[in-house]
Amino acid sequence: MEHYEMNLTLKVWKQKDAKSRGSFETYQVKNISSEMSFLEMFDVLNEQLIQEGKEPIAFDHDCREGICGMCSMYINGRPHGPWHGTTTCQLHMRAFKDGDTIVVEPWRAKAFPVVKDLVVDRIAFDRIIQAGGYISVNTGVTIDANTHMIGKEIADKSFAAAACIGCGACVAACKNSSALLFLSAKVSHLALLPQGQPERNKRALAMVAQMDKEGFGSCTNTGACEAVCPKEIEITNIARLNRDYAGAALASDAHKE
Amino acid sequence: MNWSHFFTSSVGKKLTMALSGLFLVAFLLVHAGLNACIWANDEGVMFNKAAHFMGANAVPRILEIGLFVFFLIHIIQGLVLEVQNRSKRGMGYAVKIGNRGSKWYSRAMGILGSIILIFLVVHLIDFFIPSRFGGLTEVMIDGKPYHNLYAEMKYKFAEYEYRYIIVTIYILGVIALFWHLVHGIQSAFRTFGVTNHKYIAMLTGIGWAFAIIVCGAFIMMPISFIAGWLS
Repeated sequence: MEHYEMNLTLKVWKQKDAKSRGSFETYQVKNISSEMSFLEMFDVLNEQLIQEGKEPIAFDHDCREGICGMCSMYINGRPHGPWHGTTTCQLHMRAFKDGDTIVVEPWRAKAFPVVKDLVVDRIAFDRIIQAGGYISVNTGVTIDANTHMIGKEIADKSFAAAACIGCGACVAACKNSSALLFLSAKVSHLALLPQGQPERNKRALAMVAQMDKEGFGSCTNTGACEAVCPKEIEITNIARLNRDYAGAALASDAHKE
Repeated sequence: MNWSHFFTSSVGKKLTMALSGLFLVAFLLVHAGLNACIWANDEGVMFNKAAHFMGANAVPRILEIGLFVFFLIHIIQGLVLEVQNRSKRGMGYAVKIGNRGSKWYSRAMGILGSIILIFLVVHLIDFFIPSRFGGLTEVMIDGKPYHNLYAEMKYKFAEYEYRYIIVTIYILGVIALFWHLVHGIQSAFRTFGVTNHKYIAMLTGIGWAFAIIVCGAFIMMPISFIAGWLS
């Protein structure tokens, strides 16, 4: 692909802290290489701001190779920008052309409050995982790999669900700010495997209860989550979760106070 | 887990919407089928008999109670969900995601549902209330008196001075219903847990077909009267 350089106008959300109001600031960046990643472009901008004696823009990032789920920018009206199945860190500047104006906002959801600028607090996802997104295994000798036989297609489905990096793009895109794609991926990858069965019912009930407590909205199957997911998690996981949840709820005994 | 926990959870609430929604879908089929009797073009004899059966027989009357209960559940739960879901965002985006990833009608279920609700109220005042609580003329069929609901339809759609407004309201109401069904039917089955792509494609197709056929029939009813195709 041909290399080119571009000058861009950036409109970036600036917010001092969680309590401040925040507003858009406009920045000009020059000679941005088409081979840079979107975050590298932000690095250039931040260096420029530091040199000018201004405060750099705060944004989340960690691995910069599309697997950690930290980057979380809402670029030109789409979580992680215009490319399909791509995290912000893997979005390259060749997605844009010279003279473009790019609007960058943080994830917007009450359950993800803004910490500063483009950084949002996604600890709610950690609490959902803590509620049941794991399997309790006794420690001891390593179990032989062939103890549990698992069909390839089942393993693949489970793996595809396990690819969720918990970035929160599903919440950001959903009109209801629902976290159900995330939750259903985390439930599905265990529910599809034999190791996930002993706690399958308990897990679905506890994780949904925690999700509701965190203040995410309800799923209405619009499909926006699936369309923007950088890991292409399928919305069919939500249907599996619905089934698991209904089954677990109907099978459970009355709760005694 | 208690029932109250289940039905107040986010997943339980959408299951309630799906179950009540599918009951209403079944009702639409019965309603469209019975109303199709107007096209017998026998000056409403068959239609008035069918309407009489629905109002007089115990089975449809019991189902009618269920219908009102499910209507109320679907309307109240739907409105509550819409308000709750809208409150979860806080500050909105400067650049909206729009149609990139979801269909407009899947996002507009609350608005479409509200249009259908307004239409439903107009519709009940027009036909259901006079039919159940009096106000209809009578007609003799085979020597027995029947409520002439057919004459009421004919009056509202073909003779009334504001008939064009009435017919327009009915067409708009049914168009809203169409898009509501296109999303709602397949969404209900996803809520029931259909994960297989083969069946999702089939159910989506059935949803479209149902919406086209049933809503097509409903739209043609006032048009048939106002266009003078019926005697």
